[in-house]
Amino acid sequence: MWKWLHPYAKAERAYQLCNTLLPYFTVITVVCLVVGWVWGLAYAPADYQQKDSYRIIFIHVPSAILSMGAYSSMAIAAIIALVWQIRNAELAVIAIAPVGAAMTAIALITGAAWGKPMWGAWWVWDARLTSELILLFLYFGVLSLYHAFEDKKSAGRAACILAIVGVINLPIIHFSVEWWNTLHQGATITKFDTSAIDASMLWPLLINIAAFAGFVGVITLIRLKNEILQCEKHRPWVRDLVSRG
Amino acid sequence: MQFESFSDFISMGGYGFYVWLSFGSCALVLSSVLISSLFDGKRLKQQVRLQIEREARIKKAQQEQAV
Repeated sequence: MWKWLHPYAKAERAYQLCNTLLPYFTVITVVCLVVGWVWGLAYAPADYQQKDSYRIIFIHVPSAILSMGAYSSMAIAAIIALVWQIRNAELAVIAIAPVGAAMTAIALITGAAWGKPMWGAWWVWDARLTSELILLFLYFGVLSLYHAFEDKKSAGRAACILAIVGVINLPIIHFSVEWWNTLHQGATITKFDTSAIDASMLWPLLINIAAFAGFVGVITLIRLKNEILQCEKHRPWVRDLVSRG
Repeated sequence: MQFESFSDFISMGGYGFYVWLSFGSCALVLSSVLISSLFDGKRLKQQVRLQIEREARIKKAQQEQAV
């Protein structure tokens, strides 16, 4: 039933698939990013309490969600790489990590810039902030572990194991605002209850989440292509591809 | 439009520094990740291209030596 998936374990097919998907992700990202930023910055109404400072939510929440979403996808790819020994999955782990780290960094920076006017401090050692910082270090750990080994086979295995072990941090981040007393406010969007946010602000927020998700996709595809090229650079198909232009 | 004028928009009701700091650093991080990823691909392809040229040169030199 799932046999049609098999050819994509081959590097060349995976490379072609990346090329096919890339334009769609690019269009979604560009459109959503432009619409989301203009709507969020200029057209969404100001918050009754936080006034215009709350507009940081339109990049803070998407980047925070995607920092965890990217980590989950990285961990799933790591499980596939370890269990089924599929090298493309291993390369995907290394392709996702940099953009995941970028999302985490954006969440931390925008959080600091929001914390200063609202809490009076750029940084507090609060459960939510600290666990998100650990997430950033986990991304760095996966990347540096991969680049620390000369032999890419053991490098991939070590990076995958760290990526899987680090999953323990995701529920800690998610529930940190409920488990501990924290300065950080609770969830804005919830799946089952009605959201704690008005539709006039929810829509631009959702569009921005789509934009950031698209961006993670775009970077992952570009970097996966690079990793495949790096691995296969002595193969005839790469040489054909390069000499063709 | 929530703002009366452009300077209103920039000042963000007094929170301009924090809002633009966030959006500015976000744009900076996103664009640098994108540019470095694209650049990596260019560099890799260039490496392969140079390798192909090098091998062609070696082959040519060997042929000339044989003659």
